[in-house]
Amino acid sequence: MNNETTNVLIVGVGGQGVLLASEILSEVARTCGLDAKKSEVHGMSQRGGVVTSHVRFGEKVMSPLIPSGESDVILAFELAEGLRWIHELRPGGTFIVNRQKIVPPITFTGKFTYPEDAEAKIKDKVPEALVLDAYPAAEKLGNTRLVNTILLGVLSRYIDLEDSNWLDVIERMAPKGTGELNKEAFQTGKKLS
Amino acid sequence: MEMLLSGNEALARGVYEYGGEFASAYPGTPSTEILETIGRFFKDDVYAEWAINEKVALEVAVGASYGGARSLAAMKHVGLNVAADPLMTLSYTGVGAGLILVSADDPSLHSSQNEQDNRYYGKFASIPVLEPSNSMEAKEFVKFGFEISEEFDTPVLLRLTTRISHSKGIVKIGERSTVEHSGFERNIAKYVMVPANASKRHKVIIERLEKLKEYAETTPLNRIESNGNEVGIITGSIAYQYAREAMPEASILKLGMGYPLPMKKIRDFAAGVERLLVVEELEGFYEEQIAAAGIPIEGKKYFSNYLELNLDRVKDGLVEAGVMKGKRPGGKSGVKQESVLPRPPVLCAGCPHRGLMVALRKLKVYTTGDIGCYTLGALPPLEQIDSCLCMGASIGHAFGIEKAGKTEKKAVALLGDSTFLHSGITALASVVYNKGTQTTVIADNRITAMTGGQQHPGTALTLTGEKTHAIDLVKLCKALGVEHVRTIDPYDLEETTNVLKEEIDRDAPSVVITNRPCMLFPKKIRSKPMTVDLSLCTACGLCFKVGCPAISGSSEKNEKGRFKSEIDPAVCTGCTICAQVCPADAIVEIES
Repeated sequence: MNNETTNVLIVGVGGQGVLLASEILSEVARTCGLDAKKSEVHGMSQRGGVVTSHVRFGEKVMSPLIPSGESDVILAFELAEGLRWIHELRPGGTFIVNRQKIVPPITFTGKFTYPEDAEAKIKDKVPEALVLDAYPAAEKLGNTRLVNTILLGVLSRYIDLEDSNWLDVIERMAPKGTGELNKEAFQTGKKLS
Repeated sequence: MEMLLSGNEALARGVYEYGGEFASAYPGTPSTEILETIGRFFKDDVYAEWAINEKVALEVAVGASYGGARSLAAMKHVGLNVAADPLMTLSYTGVGAGLILVSADDPSLHSSQNEQDNRYYGKFASIPVLEPSNSMEAKEFVKFGFEISEEFDTPVLLRLTTRISHSKGIVKIGERSTVEHSGFERNIAKYVMVPANASKRHKVIIERLEKLKEYAETTPLNRIESNGNEVGIITGSIAYQYAREAMPEASILKLGMGYPLPMKKIRDFAAGVERLLVVEELEGFYEEQIAAAGIPIEGKKYFSNYLELNLDRVKDGLVEAGVMKGKRPGGKSGVKQESVLPRPPVLCAGCPHRGLMVALRKLKVYTTGDIGCYTLGALPPLEQIDSCLCMGASIGHAFGIEKAGKTEKKAVALLGDSTFLHSGITALASVVYNKGTQTTVIADNRITAMTGGQQHPGTALTLTGEKTHAIDLVKLCKALGVEHVRTIDPYDLEETTNVLKEEIDRDAPSVVITNRPCMLFPKKIRSKPMTVDLSLCTACGLCFKVGCPAISGSSEKNEKGRFKSEIDPAVCTGCTICAQVCPADAIVEIES
């Protein structure tokens, strides 16, 4: 795998921790001795907008953006966002989505509706898609902000990066005083089904 | 040592490592993090400040450079329009110690009002343009920038784009080294640009450009990656990354110095390949000049100047040009794209601008807008902002609409505190001078909010968190000659509406200033959240129309099948605007 670039697309809604998750992933790749790039657009993420982050790693990475339809893994923090970006998955790629719905205020204008059938549509498009309940798992750990680290634990099962590097980086980059809790969340993700 | 850094962070690191001593900026996406990084990590070695606007940021950096300090001024692309006045003549005076001007362009307008290509400023001002293509180069090019600036006595334009500024890549970290420079010395032939001196300097600048052209031929900034003679691609900035990945089998002339161009090198490169293409983002800046030099070249024909490039667009263009075979490999997923509802950004829960928008909507006025979060009030459901052009323009717009005199409906100008200080003061003085009668609303949330919460001359804190003087906006407006200046609480809808109505109706210029801070910056504000008493809610929908992300539809419906509303206590900040518009008094403070 190290000879080829691995493309991981992480998507969600502003405030879910997508950016920190992609930051951690690219740093893990770097500490594993790989070239790594990460790209997203800042600005609107704090205001409930769509957030996408492109992470690419391998021997040598040029473009910081993943070409369309070439994501090896898509990690979606939210169902509708998973559906929005599912076409970016390469054939045979891994699709992981958190079974959580965040309904935006625009639905209350009556002009748009939230896709209640998002999960079924995802399964229809990618039958082997992994749909997981990271939010209740985070609640069980006592902090819903752990959703992103739990999902990184899930992600780690499908990409070839060392567990010890994951744990080191999570400890280093987690918000102050939450290192142990985040490592526990990562382990939770490794087992979550 | 290596670190993963964004282009902005790497550039800041470069300013530190290569002996920078002074940095000034006005915040603007995608450039903001450059000064934030310097202020946070390197303030002991590099002086860092927010200037009141980009013009001042450049002027103070010029002063510091004249004064012997390696200096930096940073801004977003449209900020350079504001700083264009000092820039054009700065080219004539040249510098003292090295001076770098950073322009962070925004192809695809991710967070901007246009997608202008600021490489043209380099040509316009006859100054060199450096174009890094990744984070490592963003750092290294600071070294080249300072050296070129000092060797050729010229400011250097270091041009980033959003994808360089905000992408992270691996950067090798080094130690700081400094260069000694003497302080400011009187030299009127160089520094006093009256016509007699300036005309002589223009000649110097023409000669300087010739020397820079020679430098461009030999600098390692421009390099050829030789790879056969079939296809040659001239490229720079982020487009280099796309072109290199798209076509590993092509020869590439990578331009790290985008102006002036190494025309001999280009001619030789062209002679060595069968087909010559330019891959550049936005305008055909290289292409125009290469074509003008009589070298057959193609570029924009295949890579349009509209929006940012990416690997797919570059591959598409190369296929269309006939140099790459078959269909591009992208888009091979086979999964059909699904259309999913949009998530337009909205004013935050508890944003003090919300009450203002609701009051203005009630008064049925036009609202000329400006650059800041309140521009979000143009979108549904608030739909109150009617114009947005550039920093400070709201005031002039309202004045012009009044003087045009074609509409009964009045126009109110609305802008933020940071925007008012940046470019509104002069406009307001002009309104008073020319006997306008408009009301100007300053939504004073005491921070530069849209760019992520930066201090400004009204906040009493500097970039590095030191206490300082705060401009008193009321006194300032009065000093400009506005007799009627009123302060209102935008969380009090009745007061806000009444005061605005009185001032809008008044036949004299007035200013209304709001007094609630931003909900997010400098720290998140929370108070007791509200809740909906479903037994009282009639599902009239008025609370939805304040456009608050905390308000959504509940599962309960009224007799006509309309959804009653519900408030998310984790998002609600207790501003009570929704409760004030509720005709049924169904929105109440949550019981603890």
